[in-house]
Amino acid sequence: MAIEVRIPTILRSYTGGEKAVDAEGDSLAALIDSLESNHPGIKDRLIDNGDLRRFVNIYVNDEDVRFLGGLDASLSDGDQVVVLPAVAGG
Amino acid sequence: MLTIDQATYDAIVAHAKRDHPVEACGIVAGPEGSDRPERIVEMVNAAGSPTFYEFDSTELLELYKEMWDRDEEPVIVYHSHTATEAYPSVTDINLASEPGAHYVLVSTREHGNNDGPVEFRSYRITDGTVTEEEVAVVPSLTRSES
Repeated sequence: MAIEVRIPTILRSYTGGEKAVDAEGDSLAALIDSLESNHPGIKDRLIDNGDLRRFVNIYVNDEDVRFLGGLDASLSDGDQVVVLPAVAGG
Repeated sequence: MLTIDQATYDAIVAHAKRDHPVEACGIVAGPEGSDRPERIVEMVNAAGSPTFYEFDSTELLELYKEMWDRDEEPVIVYHSHTATEAYPSVTDINLASEPGAHYVLVSTREHGNNDGPVEFRSYRITDGTVTEEEVAVVPSLTRSES
């Protein structure tokens, strides 16, 4: 099954400039592994020490995955995933 | 160089003064690739802090979806420093995630909520490198500018 993942500007160096790419997986963790296999290096920008990076937001169907179980969030065909870095600073 | 119209400049400064001593934050969107800061969007500082700012994650998504629908991008990402100079902090540099944007810093340290001049400076932040740029405030953005 294919799930469209929207890629932010700063990570498009991993996707050859593509704004959105297809990936597969029945959980967010599996989806990120699928992304990594096609776009090596991107996983490290999303995950740190086995958990989602604090300043990267991932949404499934407009819901922040932190409210959906994080990496365990389940996915199904046709879901829309968006990756957005936090806009934050000091 | 950042070219910004007077009304948008004034709106950013007013937002920073109003929210002082909490850091104010927001963006100015413009058509993709135009480098024209046309539409200011004041954001809530979800951190509510004098030393940190962060867009609420749900509002962040709404903001970006709106920009995508309008073929816009963030031309300016702005925030205030309330006790220090208008220069990017280490945290600002580490978290800068829009390599194409002008990062505007306003410092309200001198006059707080009151009238009076503020520091208003603009930077590019790419790959951990900060480059300050000139700010040109114009009466209004004209079609010939890009």
